[in-house]
Amino acid sequence: MSARELAQQLKTRFGDLISEPAEFRGEITLQLSDADCIAEICDFAKKQLGFDFLADVSSVDNYGSDPRFTVVYHLYGYGHHCALRIKTGVGEEVSELPSVTGVWKTADWHEREVYDMMGIRFRNHPDLRRILMWDGYPYFPLRKDFPLAGKPSNVPDVAFTNPAPMEGGPFVTIPGGKDSGAREPRVRMPEAEIKMEHKF
Amino acid sequence: MATTQEIQIGDATAQAAAAAEEANVAVAPPAPAGEEALQDIHGEKMILNMGPSHPATHGVLRIVLELDGEIITKATPDIGYLHRGDEKIAESMTYNQFIPYTDRLDYLAPLANNVAYALAVEKLLGIDRALPPRCQYIRVMCCELARISAHLLGLGSMAMDVGALTVFLYTFTQRETIYNLIESLTGARFTTSYTRVGGVARDLPSGWVAQCRKFLEEVVVNIDESEQLLSRNKIFVDRTRDIGHISREVAIDYGLTGPNLRGSGLEFDLRKAHPYLVYDQLEFEVPTGSVGDCYDRYMVRIEEMRQSVLILRQCLDKIPGGADNAAKEPIDVADGKIVLPTKKKVLTSMEELIHQFILVTEGPNAPPGDVYFGAENPKGELGFYIHSKGGGTPHRLKIRAPSFSNLSILPHLLPGHMLSDTVPIFGSLDFVMGECDR
Repeated sequence: MSARELAQQLKTRFGDLISEPAEFRGEITLQLSDADCIAEICDFAKKQLGFDFLADVSSVDNYGSDPRFTVVYHLYGYGHHCALRIKTGVGEEVSELPSVTGVWKTADWHEREVYDMMGIRFRNHPDLRRILMWDGYPYFPLRKDFPLAGKPSNVPDVAFTNPAPMEGGPFVTIPGGKDSGAREPRVRMPEAEIKMEHKF
Repeated sequence: MATTQEIQIGDATAQAAAAAEEANVAVAPPAPAGEEALQDIHGEKMILNMGPSHPATHGVLRIVLELDGEIITKATPDIGYLHRGDEKIAESMTYNQFIPYTDRLDYLAPLANNVAYALAVEKLLGIDRALPPRCQYIRVMCCELARISAHLLGLGSMAMDVGALTVFLYTFTQRETIYNLIESLTGARFTTSYTRVGGVARDLPSGWVAQCRKFLEEVVVNIDESEQLLSRNKIFVDRTRDIGHISREVAIDYGLTGPNLRGSGLEFDLRKAHPYLVYDQLEFEVPTGSVGDCYDRYMVRIEEMRQSVLILRQCLDKIPGGADNAAKEPIDVADGKIVLPTKKKVLTSMEELIHQFILVTEGPNAPPGDVYFGAENPKGELGFYIHSKGGGTPHRLKIRAPSFSNLSILPHLLPGHMLSDTVPIFGSLDFVMGECDR
């Protein structure tokens, strides 16, 4: 059975909640319109369609558009060797959706990472704490409005909380800037990001 | 992340005195029934902080262990000590500029990371099937050299941690030869940055193929010797057999990949299931374990090295253009908008000059879209998820690191084991914090 057929079965079961399967570079992506149903859909995908392996959970910040975040699930089935991607939008004011830790145990750490980096909360997660950053860190670093150099924070017992010195790197490139100053700024600001998107 | 307040181990003598006093008191009244009695016998549980710099954790992994005597009752891994924000950095640079950062993910197999990343970007650009055959063979050889090197290290350090120091010296001698090979191929021993989007940085140097053949002769002997020292060694077997048992279902549930998954008995290898590069033209077997304990994972790695040697031999025989590439087989895709032109052409031809300028300042013009590419790396499935809005930089690059998922099983796996069992368990899970923390 191909990934497209499996995606079609999911679509038949859940109807309008799920978009038509889209294909790009041989990969099937489904867009889920209501993030609150993600656990139910994943449960069905695992139990009925054999997607027993959750390869990855990640998130995208669509800064400046609505809904602001996209949570992306990469499913795989060892029985049929098919992969499926499920994407769902999460608004900034809610920024919460159900956890899939009840379906796959591996989602535990992946969801903690999404929370840590992007600030999206997962309902019914057994232990939603920061995982890579330290406890009590006030920001979500992968958001587009968080500068690459970092922000100062007043966390006790942490040695370095000042912004990183940007002279000499890490090198920042904004493709297509009009001169070298615009093309390789010391800090990349989200405003420049949006300007860049209009260009393409 | 646990706070430091949780791990207070007071003054040892004072604690011992207090415990003795408690014991004296406990003797006097009749032992209370049920659970309280049990607690009295076992005494207070001890919290032990293992890491972040402990030789057996192979990096900066910290684990907060709750011990009942020598038995682990709870384990809480604390990761992130090597977090450098690679995914954030990737959003600020063109696709080719990120290649050096991939060296520093699984820093024991930088070549394999380079290849996996390049293939992910090439999938986004739609040229992953159009790579010239010579380039594909070179990349396969890179992956397999990296696999042998990473497994030799994993094997050596696992053996050393359980007390067999000799094996460590044997395998590290052999790794030196691999590093010499890698140095003559890429110019660097460790941080290779060898691939480019659409090809590789340079062709095989002269004499490299003969050098590699000689190495393969030696490494087979070395693997056999190391195995003879370990596989039927009573101490080694006692410390690894039936320790750290992971069933197939649990392994899948926790997202284990690579040798750790195959050690649990699932015959799955991305090189076989979804062949990339020229893996479908090469013959090799996928070794699997039967029990899923530390010993099985060790055996899977030993056998994988032998299979890698077989793959390398086939590549050396079949590589288009042969050792010296007299026929001038290309090693890059013939697309000036993706691969940098030669310097000579840049200096003499207008079109190539423009291509060079655009590629360096803007990067390859990728289409908008989402791709995920997973490669079978020494540690497991290294996946790159690229969300592109078009242009030369990714809007979001997510690295699916195998060590991250492999480590997430520790809270489930460690409880019930003795404290000393953590050492072979860590050794057999063979993780690298560089890619776990990113």
